[in-house]
Amino acid sequence: MLRKKECVAMLLAGGQGSRLYALTNKIAKPAVAFGAKYRIIDFPLSNCVNSGIDTVGVLTQYEPLELNEYIGNGQPWDLDRVFGGVHILSPYQAKKKSSWFEGTANAIYQNMSFMKKYDPDYILILSGDHIYKMDYAKMLRAHKETGADCTIAAIEVPMKEASRFGILNTNPDGSIYEFEEKPKQPKSNLASMGIYIFTASKLFKYLEQDDANPDSSKDFGKDVLPAMLNAGEKMFSYRFEGYWKDVGTISSLWEANMDLLGKKPAFDVGDADWKIHSRNPLAPPEYLGEHAVLCNSMVALGCEIEGTVKNSVLASNVIVEEGATVVDSVIMANTVVRKGAVVNYSIIDEDVVVEEGAAVGEPKEKSAGIAVLGRGIVISAGASVAGGKILDKDYKGE
Amino acid sequence: MALSTVGVIFSHINDDNLPELSHHRTMASVPFGGRYRLIDFALSNMVNSGITTVGIVTKNNYQSLIDHLGSGKDWDLARKYGGIILLPPYSDETEQLYTTRLEGLMGITGFLNHRSEEYVVISDCDGIAHMDIADIVRFHEEKGADITMVYHEETHVSSTYYITLQPDDTGRIRELKINPKAEGKLNLYVNVMVMSRQFLINTIQSAVQRGFSSFGRDILAKNVDTLRIFGYKFEGYYAAVNSLADYHRHSLELLQKPVRDELFGARDIYTKVRDSAPSKYLEGASVKDSLISDGCVIEGTVENSVLFRGVKVGKGSVIRNSIVMQDSVIGENVRLDCVITDKNAVVRDGRTLAGCAELPYFIPKGRML
Repeated sequence: MLRKKECVAMLLAGGQGSRLYALTNKIAKPAVAFGAKYRIIDFPLSNCVNSGIDTVGVLTQYEPLELNEYIGNGQPWDLDRVFGGVHILSPYQAKKKSSWFEGTANAIYQNMSFMKKYDPDYILILSGDHIYKMDYAKMLRAHKETGADCTIAAIEVPMKEASRFGILNTNPDGSIYEFEEKPKQPKSNLASMGIYIFTASKLFKYLEQDDANPDSSKDFGKDVLPAMLNAGEKMFSYRFEGYWKDVGTISSLWEANMDLLGKKPAFDVGDADWKIHSRNPLAPPEYLGEHAVLCNSMVALGCEIEGTVKNSVLASNVIVEEGATVVDSVIMANTVVRKGAVVNYSIIDEDVVVEEGAAVGEPKEKSAGIAVLGRGIVISAGASVAGGKILDKDYKGE
Repeated sequence: MALSTVGVIFSHINDDNLPELSHHRTMASVPFGGRYRLIDFALSNMVNSGITTVGIVTKNNYQSLIDHLGSGKDWDLARKYGGIILLPPYSDETEQLYTTRLEGLMGITGFLNHRSEEYVVISDCDGIAHMDIADIVRFHEEKGADITMVYHEETHVSSTYYITLQPDDTGRIRELKINPKAEGKLNLYVNVMVMSRQFLINTIQSAVQRGFSSFGRDILAKNVDTLRIFGYKFEGYYAAVNSLADYHRHSLELLQKPVRDELFGARDIYTKVRDSAPSKYLEGASVKDSLISDGCVIEGTVENSVLFRGVKVGKGSVIRNSIVMQDSVIGENVRLDCVITDKNAVVRDGRTLAGCAELPYFIPKGRML
């Protein structure tokens, strides 16, 4: 008997995430740290595993090294499988031609042989830039029940933001009659979440057609989905209710981190029924010193805290020295905040040193925006970084 | 560089010293330091020294140990060749479980015969230290020793069975005593020794023929003049867990930065990964001078304490000088002082419990108070 997988997931992880500025100088957006111990890609990967999908292709292109290393053989997600598992798919040189992935649809098209190897009935397309918990198995059940050729996960967004999304106009039964990419005058507030389930044979057919079309921009939202709709294929929306956040901008990444805090957080990563799996740092428990003050914060293993931390998310091995203060901020792994330094309303990447007495950002109420410090930089003693400033080089002050 | 040494860890010897915590489990799987088990220290020391095969000698109640070790991957010991090899008890015609270390070694001669490494390092799980096994093997080679025993200078002994060593200027042991009257500084054997694999196999064989039963008495103490037994002095931080008071004291020693830096500074103590969420400190939390593991949710006050993974501390509660193990739930307005709770303990709202450093108040696994 030929072995097969009912559903193969393809995770688009090649995006640069240019609106994250200094945070994605050296890494792809899905590899950006989130929630003290996670990376963005942990969420779709954990969703796959928790939904019973054990074959995942991760399509990488932009700065893939760290992402590749992070995923490794997939063991932290239980995706080191004899048949299936997680596979990194990067652009490759072929006999006839070789090219970069040109658009989302083209990236999937170029990996047709990977998908076909598993003889799947369905293909799940995911992106690596959202924070959410979703049972894809339920969506697949809906796809089978409606007999759709393509099912698009959709969420209601505030009407005034609807023009930022791909909007689905649907009939009462959930079938889609119109698809509008970022409409100026949206007719509905049902936004596509960029999560699609295709009946595999249909997907392969339309990807081939799309590839042959020289006028296509090779994008799912702009080309493939409209083409299917125009050809009269059955397309359904799948309503998702729950937390879903695009973390593609500095402010949304900050907000999503803050959504983890509190007794009843907007988004709970500690949910025992839907574990978020990740590659765990090798670190002892965090140590809070005699002068430590912690309030409404999340702290990962290996931190050493002697100062004050409020409304903040601290990743592993962060050091906050005595007299230092961190408020309303997200600090990534191995960063050091030295004595007397003050960090307000900021996102600080890994391996940064904020020297003694330096000030990063301004109190949230008064600040022009979130200050961002890129990976590995040093802020000199006494220097002050204005609110909203984005730095990716060492900074000695004005 | 690969070290031609195979590790053997006794998971259960010394269980009697810590009956409260080893009632349901082996010494090896006694939780320590917020997210570790005692065996993690012995195993990590071996792995960090380049050892890739470790046999783990078991006896009773080793389910929790198997659960902890899994395939060995968290220690990098899920290997195609070697890795972690569990050695369950081997019973002879009398169908009785072995009782002594020597009998335990007799039971693993098959394992030892099938290995190809030059040396064997044998370790117990009662000690917490960051120890370079490769350096001990190097010392053993340089001295041309038959047996190298690791010792540590101590003034306090709480174990019911212990060995003291008296080395001469060259490091050779001239005097070896079992359970002597303890006064002043002692060179206490820390239950880590190195010998060549072939020497061990030969020693076991001749012990079987002669009907010996005790490694310490019949092999070490009796042959101190004829065998080249050398003492390797371990100068670093060493904590032996031989009583509940020891356990309490050494746990709180982790709050001292030099101890933490020595044990964890290189970030290479491996343990089982549990995928817990990072810890959360809510409004009203006050945590000082404490070690907190992942998955905790803290709303009360914690001082001078160690909290394991997934502990909940309710509003208005005050925990001082205490060790709270995995997934324990401390309700609201609880007072704990010098308390050790085993896993999954529940202390309901408003309770006050206190022990003292010499006799910590112990709450057994899963108990609800």
